Amino acid sequence: MNMRAFIPLAVFALIGFLLYSGIGKDPSYVPSPLVGKPIPSFSAPALYEPTRIVSSQSLLGTPYLLNVFGSWCPSCRDEHPVLTDYARRGKFKLVGFNWKDETVDAKRWLQQFGDPYAEIFTDLDGRLGLDFGVYGAPETFVIGADGMVLHKHVGPLDAETIEREILPLIAGK
Amino acid sequence: MRNGFRITFRRLWASVSICRPAAMALVAALMVTSMQAYAIDPMPFTDRAEEVRFQGLLRELRCLQCQNQTLAESDADIARQLRNEVFRMIREGQTNDQIKDFMTARYGDFVLYNPPVKMGTWLLWFGPFVILAGGALALAVHLRKRRVDAAPVTSTARDEEDW
Repeated sequence: MNMRAFIPLAVFALIGFLLYSGIGKDPSYVPSPLVGKPIPSFSAPALYEPTRIVSSQSLLGTPYLLNVFGSWCPSCRDEHPVLTDYARRGKFKLVGFNWKDETVDAKRWLQQFGDPYAEIFTDLDGRLGLDFGVYGAPETFVIGADGMVLHKHVGPLDAETIEREILPLIAGK
Repeated sequence: MRNGFRITFRRLWASVSICRPAAMALVAALMVTSMQAYAIDPMPFTDRAEEVRFQGLLRELRCLQCQNQTLAESDADIARQLRNEVFRMIREGQTNDQIKDFMTARYGDFVLYNPPVKMGTWLLWFGPFVILAGGALALAVHLRKRRVDAAPVTSTARDEEDW
């Protein structure tokens, strides 16, 4: 039997493998270079009391989810009930990163849909968002108690993703 | 069928030739609109060199929200903000490499249209050449074999050989 007969099959298998491995992956997902590094050092005004400063230092001590949201962002509204549910059940500490929003709008949005955040800080002009590599809300960072970025999720979170990707990271920490 | 196509094409060409001024006007209009597709806001450049440098950098950086557009082309809010950031850094006297490092530290290598050569991008950079070399090798082998085949048959055993 001539081995050359297997060449087309081998090429087919290779292409098939390459194409198959791409199925189910989100081509718009960009891995964050921040994962595995300490969270960018920052200090930003708190949403409810702009004179009080929230900083990367003040958030150390417990792992938390840093959720980038804005009242102008429709997908944030989609994920909001899910995040609220988990935060209220004490599954994780939720910190809000109010990105490129108007403070008045953000407060009204939270009043309407509920405020599950332990802490919220604002980034009115989006300058801080740049340091976090934010390119579209919602985005969620998982931060360890030591301030390390453990994971970044781009797009709205759902219960399944939280159970599969997020909870295992902060379990027992 | 083929003839019909040719006639249609000739007619089309004739009609284009007749209204050539109109066609040229259309082309000119398209060129103007494609130039406007560059979403660069006017920046207070000090000189032409600075402007050229700024626009060169923008064409090397990706807008992550739109992904298949550079910062120079995209009209997205985040792209506008990153353009301002690039301009600010140029003004601060940072080098092109410093500006690109700033971007990759935040958005990863994907932000560069020219990704750096390293382990993770090896396939991206050299994969096509490997495939090309494979094709050239296959072709060489094939041509060589054909030359052997074309040579006068000296053995009658060829008929029994596996093809």
